[in-house]
Formats: sequence, C-alpha cells, structure tokens
Amino acid sequence: MTESDTVERKRVVNASLTLGAAVGVTALSFGLAAVSAGASVWQACTLSFFTFTGASQFSAMSVVGAGGSPAAAFGGAALLAVRNFVYGLVLAGRVSTNDAGRRLSIPRRLLAAQFVIDETTAMTTAQSEPRLARTAFWVTALSLFVTWNLGTVVGALAGSVLDTEALGFDAAFPAAFLAMLPSHLRTSRGRAAAATGAVICLALTPFVPVGVAILVAVVAILFGVRP
Amino acid sequence: MNMTGNQLWWLIIVLSIVSYGLKAAGFVFVGGRTVPPTLERCMALIPASLLSALVVKDTFTTAQDLVLDARAAGLVVAVLAVWRKAPFIVVVLAAMAATALVRAVS
Repeated sequence: MTESDTVERKRVVNASLTLGAAVGVTALSFGLAAVSAGASVWQACTLSFFTFTGASQFSAMSVVGAGGSPAAAFGGAALLAVRNFVYGLVLAGRVSTNDAGRRLSIPRRLLAAQFVIDETTAMTTAQSEPRLARTAFWVTALSLFVTWNLGTVVGALAGSVLDTEALGFDAAFPAAFLAMLPSHLRTSRGRAAAATGAVICLALTPFVPVGVAILVAVVAILFGVRP
Repeated sequence: MNMTGNQLWWLIIVLSIVSYGLKAAGFVFVGGRTVPPTLERCMALIPASLLSALVVKDTFTTAQDLVLDARAAGLVVAVLAVWRKAPFIVVVLAAMAATALVRAVS
C-alpha cells in the first residue's frame, strides 16, 4: 500500500466515524420520541437493534403515538424500508467480495445485510476505488450500529424520566421527518411526490383510521411512472 | 397510544423481520441485478411522499381531527432551521423548544 493509499483510507475512516457521531445524536431524539409515543425503554432499544433503519422506526412510533393500529404502523414503516432493498442491489456488487476478490461467506453477507441503509450506501457509493468502498461500508456500518443503539438507550432513558408533553417531545417527530426530507426534494419529481403525499394525508385524515392516510399518501410515487 | 404493550412487541418483531428481509433480499439474494427503470423511479419516490405526509400528520392532526396547535410553531422553526442547513439535532431541539414555549405561555 502506498502512502497516498493510507492517507485516502484515513480520510474515509474519519468521515465514516464523524457520520457515526452525528447519527448517534439522531438516535437520542429517536429514543426520546419513542418513549413519548408510549414505547418502553426495552421496546425502543429492540427496535433500534433489530430494525436498524431510522425513518421506518420514527414512522412506526409516530403512528403508535397517534393511536393507530399495529397494521397501519407496520405498513408505513415497511414501505419506507423498501428503499433498503434497492440499496442492497446497489451495494451487492461493491461489498460482497473481500480485498483479494473472493466472495464473502454467506454468514458474513447475511451480517452485512443488516447494515444496508441510507448512510452506508451514501458513503460506499461515494468511493471510486473498490478497496476504499469496502472500508467505507464496514467502518460506517459498525460506527453507526454502535452510536445508533447507544443513542437510543440514552434517549429512551432520559425520555422515561422527563415530562415529555411539557417539553415538546412530540414535536421531535415532524422535525425529524422534515430534516430527512431535503435530499429527496432535489428533483421536480421528488417535490411533486412530497407535495401530493402531504395533501393526500391531510385530506384523508378525517375519513380513514389513524395511520391509514400515511399509507394512501404513497400513491404519490406514481409520479415516477412517466420517464 | 391505544395499542397494548403486547401488540407493540408484535409490531416490533414483525417490522424487524420484514426490514431485515428487505435488506437481505436486495443484498444477498437478488444481488447486482437491476430492477425495471419505472419501478426503480417509483421506489425512489417513496421517502419523499411518506416523509412529507408524516410531517403534516404529526403537526396538523390529532387522531382523526385536523388541528392547529403548539406543534405548528415547532414546524415553522424546524423549516427555518432546515432551510439554514442546521444539523439534525438543532432542527429537532429548536422545534421541541418552540412547541414547549408556546404550550408554557398558552
């Protein structure tokens, strides 16, 4: 390995660890919000450990907090998780082999699959060199997994001893969703889908069970039909 | 919350299995193959349509009622924070603070 390789690798590792720290803070707000929506500390932590995909977790707890049914809470969260399937397709070619070019064992690929999310995809696909892409994937994956779960524990514990209503913890949900939105609004198609989704949700809310308006809002993806 | 603790556990278990299944299906089982472009374009729009729907649901509705309350102040502050490219935690804390403030004075 040359010196410039080492420098490049250090840069990738630093960026991945910094992202991990930022995600830990997001997890704090997830822990707080989940407890304010009615989950126990254990439930919030289990969700972060096994589901491990932020938008779906926030979405599920948001519907739970509003008094929706388990099915409605599940539906929206599962739809948001569909993008991880697409990320999996993209990452398979970049992360399924080791530095020697050999395919990873099945157990290791099954482990890697748990880490296929927004952040690992962004960090991995940003590297043009295959070895750096693999470094970016694994360092981002492990640093995020640690900080996401730690942040959730701390946030949930804090939320369980504070007056969540008076402190405005319920306002953490819309703010979190809003903060996740900008990268999806870069195209006119994305903006049209977002505007339509919001209008459908508000228009249907009085007429359908809690959480179902969110599910129907997904018809706004039909803006993607036109090439 | 209307759900019982047990129902919430079931939701967590099923959601965990399905979300891992989606990740593994793409990464391990289908692999580097491509999906039809129309389907890919539509799937790419899921976050935009759902996240914005969730924003308005969590700000302007309580169960099945449309409402305008302290959370709207939080959203206004959050929009400003996102527009100024503030970090995630600043957006969330600013929205919480604005909502708590309006609740305290009203």
